[in-house]
Amino acid sequence: MEKLTTKDLLKNLKPNKDNKLSPQERAANAGRWIDERLGAAKGGRTFFNKIFPDHWSFMLGEIALYSFVVLLVTGVFLSLYFDPSSTMLTYHGSYKPLDGTQVSAAYNSTLAISFNVRFGLLVRQMHHWGADIFLGAIAVHMCRIFFTGAFRKPREINWIVGVTLLILGIVNGFLGYSLPDDLISGTGLRIMFSVLESIPVVGTHLAFWLFGGNYPGNGVIIPRMYMLHILVIPAIIAGLVGAHLFMLVRQKHTQFPGKGRTEHNVVGTPMWPGFMFKTQGFLFLTVAVLALLGGLAQINPIWQYGQYFPYKVSYAVQPDWYMGWLDGALRIMPSWEISAFGYMIPNQFFPSILFPGIAFNIFIIWPFLEARMTKDRDIHNLLDRPRDRPKRTAVGTGALAFFFMLFFASSTDVLANYLSVSLNLVLWFFRIATYVVPIVVALVTYKICIELQLAGKNAGRRKRFNVVIRTEEGEYVAQKSPAREGDMDVLSEHGEIPLELNDRVSHVIRQSADSIGVESKKSKTTT
Amino acid sequence: MSTEQNEHHLKESEIEDPQSDERLRLLAKDPKQMEILIGILFVVATIFFVVMMVVYVKGSQTQLEGGLMAAGFGCLGVGMVAWGKYLMPKGPFVEERHQLASSKEEQDAFADVLLGRGKIAIARRSALGKLLSIALGVFGIFTLGPLLRSLGPNPDASLKKTAWKKGIRAVTINGRPITVNDIAVGGFMTVFPEGDEGSYSGQTLLIRAGSDNITTMSGRESWGPEGYLAYSKVCTHAGCPISLYQQETQQLLCPCHQSLFNVLTGAEPVFGPAPRPLPQLPLYIDSKGFLRAQGGFSYPIGPGYWEIGS
Repeated sequence: MEKLTTKDLLKNLKPNKDNKLSPQERAANAGRWIDERLGAAKGGRTFFNKIFPDHWSFMLGEIALYSFVVLLVTGVFLSLYFDPSSTMLTYHGSYKPLDGTQVSAAYNSTLAISFNVRFGLLVRQMHHWGADIFLGAIAVHMCRIFFTGAFRKPREINWIVGVTLLILGIVNGFLGYSLPDDLISGTGLRIMFSVLESIPVVGTHLAFWLFGGNYPGNGVIIPRMYMLHILVIPAIIAGLVGAHLFMLVRQKHTQFPGKGRTEHNVVGTPMWPGFMFKTQGFLFLTVAVLALLGGLAQINPIWQYGQYFPYKVSYAVQPDWYMGWLDGALRIMPSWEISAFGYMIPNQFFPSILFPGIAFNIFIIWPFLEARMTKDRDIHNLLDRPRDRPKRTAVGTGALAFFFMLFFASSTDVLANYLSVSLNLVLWFFRIATYVVPIVVALVTYKICIELQLAGKNAGRRKRFNVVIRTEEGEYVAQKSPAREGDMDVLSEHGEIPLELNDRVSHVIRQSADSIGVESKKSKTTT
Repeated sequence: MSTEQNEHHLKESEIEDPQSDERLRLLAKDPKQMEILIGILFVVATIFFVVMMVVYVKGSQTQLEGGLMAAGFGCLGVGMVAWGKYLMPKGPFVEERHQLASSKEEQDAFADVLLGRGKIAIARRSALGKLLSIALGVFGIFTLGPLLRSLGPNPDASLKKTAWKKGIRAVTINGRPITVNDIAVGGFMTVFPEGDEGSYSGQTLLIRAGSDNITTMSGRESWGPEGYLAYSKVCTHAGCPISLYQQETQQLLCPCHQSLFNVLTGAEPVFGPAPRPLPQLPLYIDSKGFLRAQGGFSYPIGPGYWEIGS
């Protein structure tokens, strides 16, 4: 093979009249230069040939990924202007209502970003919206994975990585909106101190170490949170996103069953060029939506809340949406705590440490839990339709209902005000409904799944006629028409009904056939 | 055609002759028209960005900038997606999966490498391994112990103490001492121990509840002179400042998680998640009419924690 030097490469890349090579040949030469150093051709080809299934639900993870990209870029911009310090100073910025008041450097610089830095408010609001949409997209993406069974073998590890990303996202979101040192975020930080403090044995130590002393600490909490928020956690998130995508490429995508799609192939658009163009467009669209929100939809107007002081608080203290379920849990917790031998497991431990601890652990072990319950340890590359797994779907919707109820419970005061009912009533409603509604939702989901399965099986098929015959004696007798191909209770021999459901389906059909028979007999006796 | 090429159905040779395969036709019915449309989108995006730049240079306007940026990237996004969808072979393309797991032989060979060599390297030198573990363990203890410990002080009496002591005057946030005539019956305000204004732990709700219907706990008979009652402002649930006083029902409401406390019965919780009464501050009125503390709070302030009772 002809030797290719770096000089040749540069010459090749330059448009040159003497150069007779076509652009394709020049690109090929550049590729060869890289391949001779990294051996990238073989893997690169496989990578570019990776197939992405064409289904809208596969886009949800992309929204999360691109929101994260926007978060990184806007975050770098903000870090150029933000001052993570709780040193107090007198405000003399351009927001006149606060002129002359005492504010912290963090609050002051956030106001400066909002009012004085060009592009500042837009970028700040894009960053905040970006976090809300990042976590929203993760949550919906996780639902897609859950309800279609995409977490099953061989993708359990990636499910765990995903849950970890969700947890880290929530933590980093909380740290981020706590940084401006405004009245609402400061209150949230105090609650966080109480939550840390509630951990048995080590809790007070953890809280004291993190805050540098008893609340409100010695002024180290904002710089420490800042360091975690812009360095440690984003670095871990970026690493795990890399691992998430690496596994996705290695294991290849799941796909919904359909014509030509099997457990052993993937059908769709190749990475290059189709998917890359589309996904690049999708990055632009995510930026567009976030720019629209950041430009037009006000979020976290901290100048309205004011500087945080530990003895001040405001009405309707609500966290960002992804913390809402924890706030709701804190609210509906009965006023219990455990005290014995001079030690206490305090009230806030149960809803804010124990409950999320259990919830996230169930998320993490779910793939293994389900495999154990269903005894299904096979490799699955084809996705389930939610209706075909009524039990899993019921558990999923029940859990969702539970989290939604907790989320709404974080607005008990606002709801009571808005609906003009007593707070007492609202609280008791949530204390009961948070447990009842999920059970009802799960049962109804289960029933709907079964019905949908039956409807699906019977799509395009007829009910058998009831033929009423007048006998020679003048008696009317109802009879079922003879069985024909395409009747609902005549099963196709090609097994359109999944094996595991076969029994149940035919049982239900037999039952309905019986009930028709009973009715026709009755009419016989009455006439 | 080699078998390896067969795996992937998108091949350069075929792209050169799109008619050879139905799947390699473009999705767009009229590619030229689509190309023009996408081109227009990109031009419009450029115009939006130029206008945005002008707005920025002329002196920044958030709504306009956001709108223009969104419009620009929106055009680019729609254009790119259309490009990727309509001006590409419509497919569908199929990729075969390969078994992820290695063959039994490969697994065994790997185990041989790991365990076989490992045996030589580690098992025969277990003492070295132990010594290494001890060294690293000590370093681990250092990181999780002293290093972490230096982040802040250990929890100590500061959780149980406030600046309230016998004889300390109750003052406003600005340091003005409170006299017996400052608050009318039914009124309330936030006070601090003199010299510790604005502190978290010292913040106290001073309520002049009047003398009717107050259920005084035994031992607290002298704590509320002239109908004044003082309770820690820190909620016993999650530590928020309790800032709402409802005079009609004589209740205090925490705005964070809606715990209600009854002022007349020693601020015991009557509703919501708060598990304990607000600690009470014993007051007395000195000869000049200033309100002073008889001592500290009746119980450690704020939310519960492990060592609260010790």
